[in-house]
Amino acid sequence: MQNFDYIRVKSKDELSELLDKQNKEIKLLSGGTDLIPQLREGKKDIEIIVDVKNINEMNELSFDNTLGLYIGAAVSCLNICQDVKVKTMYPGLIDAISLIGGVQIQGRASVGGNLCNSSPAADSIPALIVHKSICIIESKDGIREVPVEQFCTGPGKNVLNKNEFLAGIRVPKVDPEFGAAYLRFIPRNEMDIAVVGVGASVEIKEGHITTARLALGAVDATPRYFDDVFEPLLGMAINDENLDRILDDIGQSISTRINPITDMRGSAEQRKHLSKVLTKRTLLKAIERASNQQEVN
Amino acid sequence: MQESNLVREKKKFQVIGTRPKRPDGTDKVTGRALYGGDINLPSMIYGEILRSPHAHAKIISIDYQEALAIEGVKAVITAEDFPSLEDVTKKVGEGAVNIRYRSNNILAKEKVLYQGHPIAAVAAKDKNIARLAIEKIIVKYEILSPVLDVREAMKEDAPILLEELRTVSMGEKIDKPTNIAKHIQLKRGNIEDSFAESDIIIEREFYTSMVHQGYIEPQSVTALYNNDGDISVWTSTQGAFIAQQQISDVLNIPLSKINVIPMEIGGGFGGKVSVYLDPVAILLSKKSGSLPVKITMSRKDVLMATGPTSGSYIKVKLGAKNNGIFTAVHAYLAYEAGAYPGSPVGGGAVSLFAPYKLDHLLIDAYDVVVNKPKSEPYRAPGTTNAIFASESIIDEIAVKLKIDPIELRLINAVKEGDRRIDGPTYGRIGLIEILEEIKAHPHYHSKLRGKYQGRGIATGFWFNYAGKSSVYASINGDGTVNLIEGSTDIGGSRASMAMQLAETMELPYESIIPKVVDTNSIGYTEGTYGSRTTYSTGWATHNLGNELIRLMKEKAAAHFETEIGNIVYSKGNFTSSDKEISFIDLAKLMKGNPVTASSSIHPKRASPGFGTHIVDVEVDPETYKVTILRYTAFQDVGTAIHPSYVEGQIQGGVVQGIGWALNEEYIYDDTGNLVNHTLLDYRMPTSYDLPMIDTVLIEVPDPDHPFGVKGVGEVPIVPPAAAIANAINDAIGHRLNRLPMSPKNIFESINQVK
Repeated sequence: MQNFDYIRVKSKDELSELLDKQNKEIKLLSGGTDLIPQLREGKKDIEIIVDVKNINEMNELSFDNTLGLYIGAAVSCLNICQDVKVKTMYPGLIDAISLIGGVQIQGRASVGGNLCNSSPAADSIPALIVHKSICIIESKDGIREVPVEQFCTGPGKNVLNKNEFLAGIRVPKVDPEFGAAYLRFIPRNEMDIAVVGVGASVEIKEGHITTARLALGAVDATPRYFDDVFEPLLGMAINDENLDRILDDIGQSISTRINPITDMRGSAEQRKHLSKVLTKRTLLKAIERASNQQEVN
Repeated sequence: MQESNLVREKKKFQVIGTRPKRPDGTDKVTGRALYGGDINLPSMIYGEILRSPHAHAKIISIDYQEALAIEGVKAVITAEDFPSLEDVTKKVGEGAVNIRYRSNNILAKEKVLYQGHPIAAVAAKDKNIARLAIEKIIVKYEILSPVLDVREAMKEDAPILLEELRTVSMGEKIDKPTNIAKHIQLKRGNIEDSFAESDIIIEREFYTSMVHQGYIEPQSVTALYNNDGDISVWTSTQGAFIAQQQISDVLNIPLSKINVIPMEIGGGFGGKVSVYLDPVAILLSKKSGSLPVKITMSRKDVLMATGPTSGSYIKVKLGAKNNGIFTAVHAYLAYEAGAYPGSPVGGGAVSLFAPYKLDHLLIDAYDVVVNKPKSEPYRAPGTTNAIFASESIIDEIAVKLKIDPIELRLINAVKEGDRRIDGPTYGRIGLIEILEEIKAHPHYHSKLRGKYQGRGIATGFWFNYAGKSSVYASINGDGTVNLIEGSTDIGGSRASMAMQLAETMELPYESIIPKVVDTNSIGYTEGTYGSRTTYSTGWATHNLGNELIRLMKEKAAAHFETEIGNIVYSKGNFTSSDKEISFIDLAKLMKGNPVTASSSIHPKRASPGFGTHIVDVEVDPETYKVTILRYTAFQDVGTAIHPSYVEGQIQGGVVQGIGWALNEEYIYDDTGNLVNHTLLDYRMPTSYDLPMIDTVLIEVPDPDHPFGVKGVGEVPIVPPAAAIANAINDAIGHRLNRLPMSPKNIFESINQVK
């Protein structure tokens, strides 16, 4: 591991100030579950590590009836998974966050860090996308908002400028008609990185699908959001006998529109195949959640 | 705990067969046990190794002047610091190695033969300086084409790894450059006629990748080359004396100068027999002016450069009659030795059909060098891949002939007096007993519930080894017994030795205090490998116990003022007509006049091990992920000294077999870089991937051994790959001929068929 300076900041203002002044290669540390192994493997050239996990505002996890859920960028996965409100209202998010690493990793890892690491295979990103989540980006110049699907720009790359940081993520309030799910495929049942990950959400009104969103991970240079493949689903009754076939068709169509790589975790062909299988399974689970949600209400 | 799963005719022991606490348990669960990396000496410095980034290259030059000039750097060494060695083949563990190759594997001379091949080493006052110095060493290479596949390496025009290597084919040396180190042939009867008389013949090809033992503790060595030339080495090793011998051979230093102090070991499975770091740490210590030097491998070093077991190509043709009797076998095995000769292909060739009677066979086996790390033993070396091939074909024959798979194996199973395929006659073996036990077991009769569920069975074999062991004991003033041994305790052998001594001496288990000591403190003892320790060291311990009792009878005779012949010892008491004294009271009387004894043994043979496993799996028909639903391993264990440890050995072996079957493999890119050099991507099974592994211990005692012990540690890794392949076929009707049977490989196999 190379030598680096370590700075712990206590407030967002302090952080903005520091990012604005420094010309050196800086990385922010929250849980460090990606950063530290990358440093150990010599994959990163870093001069300063700025520890943000002691910033109170970045550890905020709150729910507002109008704005929805706010996840401070440094909130640990475990805190999210243990939050009763999140568990009941956002099971599709929990699907993804509870899969990251293992229990020990989740104790330190943050969703904000998962986003900023910008891995194409990050589990939380497809789930956040299908929840229409927004990245709250701050700097000395002010605040800007970027939809999660526009945040990543390449493997390990994102829209953050040198003086900016991710302060938090806003996940809009969900209606009872809404259901979401995230499924990933890994060869084992734990301790793996997604070969393919699929997030899906739907809204169902009076037994008919009114909206649908789909996002896939590990199938391209960035997590992919598909906003246009759902015309065949819209307006469809959830008990329609053609639903199964249409979900197959959507999966098939998705599998032709992605650009997966072949690596040690899976081949391009296998990833295309799994995208098809998981697209259908995830949409079905989202539909099931939306229907069950309405029965409860 | 699982007493009902122990199949034993009658209870004749007091201590053996019970499940006492292990002597090393407290230290291990509290984290106090000292492993290889836990030794820290005053003024200790740290070593780092420069490793080759290339899989195959000539070393043109090594310049380490800049590294040596860095403040804090104490020494730099290369292969030039090692003595020049002749090509001498020496026995190491159960195998044999050319010591010049061993030396070149420790630090490369002239050529690097795999990615991660060590080239130079630095010792510095801290790890960061050592790492910095490593980066400053300038090596010029002439990069050569790597050979990464066993069959490519065998081609006439393949790049040659070792210029001087000549094939030894059935004892004859063939005088031309080659990558084929050895060709072995097993031949018996007449296969042409026997195939002609067969009702069914099946021929299939099988492919397996290199896999690693996956011990959790990376290699770590601390060495001191003292000012007087005495050497101390603290390391975790499967055999302190085996390490001592290799160090002596490679550095050309007398054995007596080297004391190897074994630390607790965090797994070995065959991979901690050969030395890597030890001679390097010793020379760095010498060159740095007798400062102790510690070198610890990273996980990447371990996976990239310590011996995995061979990848292989195996082709098997098996004939059978309609009644199920096997008629003939024709097989071809080519194993990747890695950078230097010495794959376990010989073991694979014999074990392929060792469980069955066969009078007509022709088996050709090839040991082939490739640009991958030198292969090293891994639990029943060479056998899991071979049995994957043979038991897959046997299953296919069972299905085609509509014979129950257990019946088919019973029809052909070997028993006492039958010949093994390479000649020797079997003694009292328990394969028939295993198969009969399965027929009566609920697992075999349970119903599978899902459409994509399947059941598979397979039988495994392992030779087992005996070897040399020494033990020593002294009786303490309170009637306890110090038991001193040289066998590394990997699977609970301190407990099993204490139990065998307690049984022999009719004392409680708690009276025995076992300890594993360094090479200066005990007689020669081979390593803990070949499933030999409980067998051979246990036998020596039994003899030791008898001698201690004889000496105590002398003391009792003196105490009672009678002849030794009048003393009777039973259940901890010495009696002579109406007089009686307990072992403890007699020991108390002897304060200052201690009783000590030692025992060494070299049994000529050990009983082989057999095991048959049943596994139920479910295959996801879309993602091709295989879930193990239920697993039961049946094994002839001779006598289970400590049944919990026997069960633990079986469960551990099965789990490693499941890993090999489903996901573990070395993945190389075209240039010979190992890409999955982390435990994230070298996918060993986690607890989430496994059901409880049930075990059934069948006791068919070895008639030679005083307690009937048979080695149990290795055979459990052998059947899983074949059993799971057979279960997958039962579930989805598709036979796999490649390990691992990962979702990706199943997907590709099924799509090829389509």
